[in-house]
Amino acid sequence: MLILISHIITGAADLGAAFLLMFGLKRMSSPESARSGIRVAGLGMLVAVLACFLNVVGVSAAARPHLIVNIVLAASMLIIGVGLAWWKGRTVKLTAMPQMVALFNGMGGGAAGAIAAVALIGRNAQGPALILALIGGLIGSVSLSGSLIAWAKLDEVLKQPLRFKGQRYFNALVFLATLAVAGYLVFIWQGGAAPLLSIPAWIAIFFGCGLLFGIFITLPIGGADMPVVISIYNALTGLAVALDGFVLQNPALMIAGMVVGAAGMFLTLIMAQAMNRSVSNILFSDFGDASKHKHGAIKGSLKPVEASDAGIFMRYAKSVIIVPGYGLAVAQAQQKLYEFVKLLQAAGVLVRFAIHPVAGRMPGQMDVLLAEAGVPYDLIFQLSDINPDFATTDVALVIGANDVVNPAARDDKSSPIYGMPILNADKAKKVYVVKRGQGKGYAGIVNALFYADNCNMVYGDAQAVLVQMIEAVRGLGAAAA
Amino acid sequence: MHFSIAITGFVALYIFMLAAFGGWVIIGNVPAILHTPLMSGSNFVHGIVVIGAIYTLLNASTVPEQLIGCSAVLLGAGNVAGGYAVTDRMLAMFKSSGKQSGKHSRAVHAKKS
Repeated sequence: MLILISHIITGAADLGAAFLLMFGLKRMSSPESARSGIRVAGLGMLVAVLACFLNVVGVSAAARPHLIVNIVLAASMLIIGVGLAWWKGRTVKLTAMPQMVALFNGMGGGAAGAIAAVALIGRNAQGPALILALIGGLIGSVSLSGSLIAWAKLDEVLKQPLRFKGQRYFNALVFLATLAVAGYLVFIWQGGAAPLLSIPAWIAIFFGCGLLFGIFITLPIGGADMPVVISIYNALTGLAVALDGFVLQNPALMIAGMVVGAAGMFLTLIMAQAMNRSVSNILFSDFGDASKHKHGAIKGSLKPVEASDAGIFMRYAKSVIIVPGYGLAVAQAQQKLYEFVKLLQAAGVLVRFAIHPVAGRMPGQMDVLLAEAGVPYDLIFQLSDINPDFATTDVALVIGANDVVNPAARDDKSSPIYGMPILNADKAKKVYVVKRGQGKGYAGIVNALFYADNCNMVYGDAQAVLVQMIEAVRGLGAAAA
Repeated sequence: MHFSIAITGFVALYIFMLAAFGGWVIIGNVPAILHTPLMSGSNFVHGIVVIGAIYTLLNASTVPEQLIGCSAVLLGAGNVAGGYAVTDRMLAMFKSSGKQSGKHSRAVHAKKS
């Protein structure tokens, strides 16, 4: 009787949670309701987690003697995990958000892999569920190790993409080996042969191969492509969760996991489209390998100017388009930028922001940063909406962006970013580029824009540069008064 | 006697298909401005894996199962809490653009459709 009641309560709670999660996600896809969306989804999650502990009345006979220990373990692990991640998620700097998403996503993948591992070891799953547990475990472990590499790259723990000759064949080999181990496990379970090693050992080898594959496939991918990679792993984790849901016969996991799997894949395609590259090209090409790429002869020279001069020039311009990039995020200069923009607006300058779809380390990261500074939405334009306007604009101010304004994408067929839609900042009458130093962008490509006749470089940390610009423009105002 | 949900064969495939379609529709008309929060939000949603992890740990009967189950709960809890904290922080900032947000989002939707 107790079991029946617990099943009904957990079943209803999971149903409600699945609804609230989907409803929340739907609300998150519109700026007005986004905040309430995450709250709704959060409520659904809370209900599901609390109800999940009702499963104590229905545990299998074998687990019954360990029940008290397991409850204590589950509760303490839950508290530790939630506490640490909550603290980290609340305190991390805004610029570090992309790697945080990668890290938390990897944790989800790891959890999905671990659940599959237990199902395999305990042989709780039979028939098709066994196969799905293998697939879910593989996807989960790839997502775990891959996300951790993505995290390390974004956090700049790993600075260089690691590439070696025949890497693709090596990766294919690791993948085939993983599949072979999986096949062998199924063969053993079908009673095909007495295993050379114990079954748990083979399961461990299987997961080891999956983890290795995730590492090796992510290592050669350049940092600039990490947003797309995180999106793929996000989708993969969702898929692994959905498969675990089938193994555990839990429809809430199946639905929530699959929704994320599909949504993540779709988001990945949108992003890849924005870069005008296919997903497989991102995963398997040696993009951003500057050493292989021969640079065309670049005419012109770098022409540095003082920040104050650039600021004053913009004060007297009619229109300015600002192209923010990751450098803005690193310098935490979004507040100063908006302060400067407000000064220009007060002087009657038409100021707009142009956001490249893959600016920053995540799609929409620039939108989040600008929103944080309080920049109204209607000043922010996406690539296709603003690109025609550069030609009629007095000044394009590029702050900490590089590859997304590199004209090589338009006309240099040998360039690795050839074909990627870019912001046509070079078409503006005057271009100022605020940059920390003379280094290359994340893709490691020389930018011809910086050498163009209409372009001046303003070297320095974006925040310091903007402070100088603000002071210069304020100085003018004081002089006039 | 067990009174549990049984999802087999085609029923599972129907659930997967409909859920995948749901995910696709939900993302379909999202403005680029929300891509990062939405990725983070969906990251939070697959954090539901934590309830599978708790279920697994509660049913663990051997030490290896308990150990792996513990790591599953720990990782899943990290996923769910971290995903929520990060997403909520991002979305809180979107509110700060105040009166203009309502007008703009309608404009975005009009443009998309």
